[in-house]
Amino acid sequence: MEVERRSFQGRQAAARDMLRGDLEGADLEKYVEERVVTTTFEKMLNLARANSIFPLTFGLACCAIEAPISIVTARYDLARFGAEALRASPRQADLIILSGRVSIKMAPVVRRLYDQMLEPKWAISMGACSSSGGMFANYAVVQGADKFMPIDLHIPGCPPRPEAVMYGFNKLQRKIIGNPDQGWRQRYDAVGTEEWARGGPASQPSPEAAEAYELARELTLA
Amino acid sequence: MPDGPGLELLRGEIDADAPGAVLATSYERERAALIVDAERIIDVLTWLRDTPGQGYRFLSSLHVADYLPAEPRFGVHYELLNRERVERLRVKAMLPAESPQIDSCVELFPTADFQEREAFDFFGIVFHGHPELTRILLPEDYVGYPQRRDFPVGGEPVTFTYSEARYGE
Repeated sequence: MEVERRSFQGRQAAARDMLRGDLEGADLEKYVEERVVTTTFEKMLNLARANSIFPLTFGLACCAIEAPISIVTARYDLARFGAEALRASPRQADLIILSGRVSIKMAPVVRRLYDQMLEPKWAISMGACSSSGGMFANYAVVQGADKFMPIDLHIPGCPPRPEAVMYGFNKLQRKIIGNPDQGWRQRYDAVGTEEWARGGPASQPSPEAAEAYELARELTLA
Repeated sequence: MPDGPGLELLRGEIDADAPGAVLATSYERERAALIVDAERIIDVLTWLRDTPGQGYRFLSSLHVADYLPAEPRFGVHYELLNRERVERLRVKAMLPAESPQIDSCVELFPTADFQEREAFDFFGIVFHGHPELTRILLPEDYVGYPQRRDFPVGGEPVTFTYSEARYGE
């Protein structure tokens, strides 16, 4: 359907006419067609979910200054994306942002908080520490939060800027809507070039990656 | 803070009241330290706290160092402070690698409570007479004493294809 581009005043006038009952016949049909979107119930539900996420008021370490604190302030204003209502209870929250390193003593607590959240729920691992242990490669810190809970999104940085967190939040919204962004590996035809940590669990490289690794190794050592 | 001669004078005074308790002294970088027989640590701390003219009534820190190749291996450091003269004095007791044990000084300095628990938590030093010697920071079921130097650091090796190929294993 061709949607006629009109000025704001024009749309206002059309709405006023419709409310007065002045629009009739073909004009009314056109008015309704322009303003009604047909979709499935699931898509509409996901749209509503993505735009009314309630994050959990929760901070682990220095990243907490950037994520749950800064992005709700006036300068960054996460309210623009419908997520200004930080909930103090996990039972009311949809999203948990792991902002900082997770120590082995904290991990069961974080897991319990995540388990207490009601479905549907999402988790963002923010910063290097909660994604991989970061600089804390030691006995006290869990080497990556996805060892004990599912993570939907990783935001790199040490710490990530609030803009990066909001960008990640927008990515999560698109993921919830069901239309996740393609990553740069898809866009640049670079699937299989992932770098991987050796020795850890689930660290098997793809055959392409292993081949590329061997090739790079031969080339550089030659 | 006692200077070098002052430290020797202090040692002489302690020797007069508790012979043999002080094993040695050290004066490095303007820090005076008494190395004390571990079995008589309470005698020395009590003397330093209660003797008129000394007045080291504040324990500003209690911590442990692991001198791994050396024997005795563990050093329990008591950082004392005289708040009238703003003088600091370090008292050090050396403990063997096999079952390091020392008397608790919680009766003398209540602030040592948590610090001794921390020393027990991370180094496995047993403080006799402590009211509740349990782990304070690590999980209760943790195995081992991670700040000991022979404890593995942990974490996971992270190698990346490029840097590994470039700089070798």
